[in-house]
Amino acid sequence: MIRLFVPADSAALAVGADGVARAIAGEATRRGLSVQIVRTGSRGLAWLEPLLEVETPAGRIAYGPVKARDIPSLFDAGLAQGGHHTLRIGRPEEHPWLARQTRVTFARCGVVDPASLADYRAHGGFEGLTRALSLGPAKTIEAVTASGLRGRGGAGFPAGIKWKTVAEAPGEMKYVVCNADEGDSGTFADRMILEGDPFELIEGMAIAGLAAGAKTGFVYSRSEYPQANRVFQTALDAVRADGELGEFDIELRIGAGAYVCGEETSLLESLEGKRGQVRAKPPLPAHEGLFARPTVVNNVLTLASTPWILTHGGEAYAALGTGRSRGTQPIQLAGNVRRPGLYEAPFGLTLGQIVMEIGGGTASGRPVRAVQCGGPLGAYFPPALFDTVYDYEAFAARDGLIGHGGVVVFDDTVDMAAQARFAFEFCAIESCGKCTPCRIGSVRGAETLQRVMDGVEVEANLGLVADLCHTLKFGSLCALGGFTPYPVMSAITHFREDFLTRRKSSLPTRAGEG
Amino acid sequence: METFEPWSVARAEEIIAAHRSREGALLPILHALQDIFGCVPSAAVPLVAHALNLSRAEVHGVVTFYHDFRPTPHGRRIVKLCRAESCQAMGAEAAGRFLLAALGLAMVEPWGGTTADGAITVEAVYCLGLCAVSPAALIDGEPLGRVDGMTLAEAVGVEAARA
Repeated sequence: MIRLFVPADSAALAVGADGVARAIAGEATRRGLSVQIVRTGSRGLAWLEPLLEVETPAGRIAYGPVKARDIPSLFDAGLAQGGHHTLRIGRPEEHPWLARQTRVTFARCGVVDPASLADYRAHGGFEGLTRALSLGPAKTIEAVTASGLRGRGGAGFPAGIKWKTVAEAPGEMKYVVCNADEGDSGTFADRMILEGDPFELIEGMAIAGLAAGAKTGFVYSRSEYPQANRVFQTALDAVRADGELGEFDIELRIGAGAYVCGEETSLLESLEGKRGQVRAKPPLPAHEGLFARPTVVNNVLTLASTPWILTHGGEAYAALGTGRSRGTQPIQLAGNVRRPGLYEAPFGLTLGQIVMEIGGGTASGRPVRAVQCGGPLGAYFPPALFDTVYDYEAFAARDGLIGHGGVVVFDDTVDMAAQARFAFEFCAIESCGKCTPCRIGSVRGAETLQRVMDGVEVEANLGLVADLCHTLKFGSLCALGGFTPYPVMSAITHFREDFLTRRKSSLPTRAGEG
Repeated sequence: METFEPWSVARAEEIIAAHRSREGALLPILHALQDIFGCVPSAAVPLVAHALNLSRAEVHGVVTFYHDFRPTPHGRRIVKLCRAESCQAMGAEAAGRFLLAALGLAMVEPWGGTTADGAITVEAVYCLGLCAVSPAALIDGEPLGRVDGMTLAEAVGVEAARA
């Protein structure tokens, strides 16, 4: 019996992983070999997907990127023994891209079968929950507070303080809500956990429930993530049948294509069955959240980090990182980059290391011109700022944000005026409409930037845009309107030449063309 | 390729009844209706409103707020092409232009549309979480990465000669 591992992660499926699995089954039948194909999540080395692994006495041996048509030659080369082939990578753990990472939240992702509770337990699963049960709620919260864990959705609020607030809020009925509405372009870490290590999230939610005194959890995921939702539901059904969570129960809910529902109060409105419109704060969701009950709202990565923290102790987590940014950040490298994928590392790398050393520069081979960090509401950084240290405060000091950990690379063909206009257009498409700066400012911003791009009163109109951005930043109810100025103003500040001298021949008519 | 049932009040009421007692039942009901009928028909709105003790305006407000819920079914096949930044950086706009031209759809905003014969719908989405294999699309719910105009056209069975 040969054991083979083929990812069923969406990104792997998108480049032919199912075809690889079918080809293996077919080829094995032809050769009269007995094979077991385990469908895992992804290791995160996206440029090597589909990444095929085989179990050998020397450990797992990887091959990639594998196409279905490579399978006969892989069997000829002695795939079962990890035989030599041009696609052979060797032991994945020894691949420099993985070896240099600190895998905490993603330790099991791409390794285990996401449908198998037995596999999860064999890889240290539920040790954190067991520890939390023996510690009790107060000491569990202490451990999370000591870890320094901050909200990985983007806001960076200390998780322990949020949990404590909910635990201390009066009321019998409380909720844990997992924000899996991962709408930021350039981010996919939540999806990878849902598809690669769903039990870790389930365990994290159970720990949060225990700490905060909640018996009901909701995961709010995206309709754009069909595979993640299937895998997570399968895991949830397995845990329910197993009874591991005791009284705590979790339900998966699916959004309906509204980016703004990634904002926590809008998400709560949506869960309640309403339009996903932002609520004014206060009251904080920790006091009055879902159905006006005290509610822990945390991102997937935040919750999925807590089993490790409980297992290894808050201090072990806090020992990683830099400044006030403790622990690890799963960095998601995307866009025009040679080695895209998921890279988990302690805070403290520089942006230049992330883009050039880890990412390997652009996929096109052209010079890097701009890097957008933190999703569509994050700032564009020029290579001149590559010395910026990857932590919350250092990015804020340079008018940027880490957000949910997305890093999107552009080469020198990018038109930064078009990117700035796109930021306004995106805000206009996705605005919930509740507050005026966002609803109207986004439309007026796109129109004004169009005039700049048409060469109409350029300086005056850029001044208007700056003024409008000030209004959006300080007058919007939530981060959608409040952060749209980041991509717009960073583009104007660092790439002003794209706004001043418009070359007729390269004038795109819509965002992103060129 | 998905197939949908024709509108039926009895069937709709059965779907609504299956979900109405859930906390925050409206979105699960709307999703379930769209899964069966391919859309949320306007005739469903009063039924849902009655079952949940909401006004028709409230239900209409929710249906129209979310991009996913549609008043009529999409084409027999659907391409959701990502137009967000990571895919932009890898040529998604050019791929989209090629596909729209191949299908005879106009390159105007709002972007996308359905072919006159109802065969194919093209829709813009903003991030599928497939940014590491940009540009990316969902075709009838199946992910496809590292696409260009040709691969998109081929994936929906359009001959490149039409482009």
